[in-house]
Amino acid sequence: MRRQIPVVITFIVGSVLIISVFIPHKPFGQLGENFSVYFDIIAVFAFILGAGNLLRVHGNRIYKKHKDWPYSVVTVAGFTVMMIAGLFKIGGSPGITGDLTEPGSMFEDLYMYVFTPLMATMFALLAFYVASASHRAFRAKNKEATVLLLAAFVILLGRTPFGVELTSWLPDPLSFLEIPNLASWIMSVPNMAGQRAIMVGIALGVIAMALRVILGVERTYLGADSE
Amino acid sequence: MNPDNPKMGFFETIANIDRRVIFLFIGFAVIIPVLLSFSCTEEATPIVQAVYDEIESLPEGSKVLISFDYGPSTVPEVQPMIDALLRHSCEKNLKMYMMALWGTGHNLISESMQDIIEKEFPHKIYGVDYVNLGYKAGNQGLINVILTDMKKMYTTDARGSEIDAVPMMVDIRNLKSFDLILSMGGGFPGIKEWVLFGGDPGNIPVAGGATAVSAPLLYPYYPRQLLGLLGGIKGAAEYESALIKGYPKFKTHSHPAIDMMGPQTVAHIVIVFFIVIGNITFFIGRKREEGEKREGGVIK
Repeated sequence: MRRQIPVVITFIVGSVLIISVFIPHKPFGQLGENFSVYFDIIAVFAFILGAGNLLRVHGNRIYKKHKDWPYSVVTVAGFTVMMIAGLFKIGGSPGITGDLTEPGSMFEDLYMYVFTPLMATMFALLAFYVASASHRAFRAKNKEATVLLLAAFVILLGRTPFGVELTSWLPDPLSFLEIPNLASWIMSVPNMAGQRAIMVGIALGVIAMALRVILGVERTYLGADSE
Repeated sequence: MNPDNPKMGFFETIANIDRRVIFLFIGFAVIIPVLLSFSCTEEATPIVQAVYDEIESLPEGSKVLISFDYGPSTVPEVQPMIDALLRHSCEKNLKMYMMALWGTGHNLISESMQDIIEKEFPHKIYGVDYVNLGYKAGNQGLINVILTDMKKMYTTDARGSEIDAVPMMVDIRNLKSFDLILSMGGGFPGIKEWVLFGGDPGNIPVAGGATAVSAPLLYPYYPRQLLGLLGGIKGAAEYESALIKGYPKFKTHSHPAIDMMGPQTVAHIVIVFFIVIGNITFFIGRKREEGEKREGGVIK
């Protein structure tokens, strides 16, 4: 039963959602819409599961003093403080409908003065690693790597006013060779063609996988005891 | 340095340059232009101009849904886009409906409202000219629901007011009630989900802004499914330039993206310089290896 009921639910929901796209009338249209609402409700409950899982994993690491366990303390402390600040609306309007982001509320202050600078710092560090990785990895080792290198060059320069200045002297008939125009062409033609090819491939894979799940062939999503 | 061959030793040193030296160069490439206030003007490219033209063409009172689908990590790239779009929408007297598919976007709506609308357009009234609908979970599932019934998911605004008590929400039924959807962010869920689950099925124009990293992934939707895109700091700077060109009064307002183009330009030049150095040393090293192999062969 533990395996059959989820498979039956998956089959019914999956089939109805597919049919509702092609026949958006009663009862399928309505059912498809309702299933989307159920999904949103379940998504909210997923937060509870996620929070529970986070506490369980990191609590275990702290209890057993695993490697780097002090980081887990920081994680649990950060999670707890933010949750308390948000749930109890400390410093903000009370009540279930009070705005979390009200100026002066503890949640807003933590978000503004702790979370935002930390996230921005982490992301800003990428610039340094990109520069170092480019120096080591962008080598014209073969034809394919050379094409990639040239494309990277054009895009890097084309995204700056320096690229405009570098080739602005070219006469009008050769304006297509100006770096910003070349960068634009790379983005709109080879990049778009490649991306579309990848997307079509992924879409075909998703269709095949969805059919396997709906028909009960693929059961790994049920967990370790699915077989 | 190799004492037997000092010339090659130099190239080896350059080839294996300590990454901290590169970090230092990048640091200076960013800090010096910031200290010298070095900035560059931008001309809007067609993909950015399309977003500007669409907002410019909307009649007064048109409804624009702005989805804050990003977090603090991408604020430096995405926030200038939002600021410019909000200024443009306020200037055009459009009705702005702000929501978030990302939990981290919720606070950013409030900050944008305070920093731009309330500060620069104090005559705009909350609930009449703009509203904060806040964050709702569900990703593309949420878009799927509001495509047919907005109020099924939004029973209150972010401030807790009953949705029907908000004047500008009264005649909103679903996504089709909007004249334009702007998704800002570029991650998941974001522009792609708005195109696939909102714009295409509802035949609603979708545009957006994304980080420079995610922008290339969204080109396949341009221009038929995605009418325009602001990609990274450059896209934001182009939009700010177009806005200043159309409304010169905004020249005195902050334009962070134009200001950031200076450091970005210098940083890009430094990266290109290191790539060139890397390739020169690579070719010299390869030639040297080939020479050594040839010499080894002759000896054999």
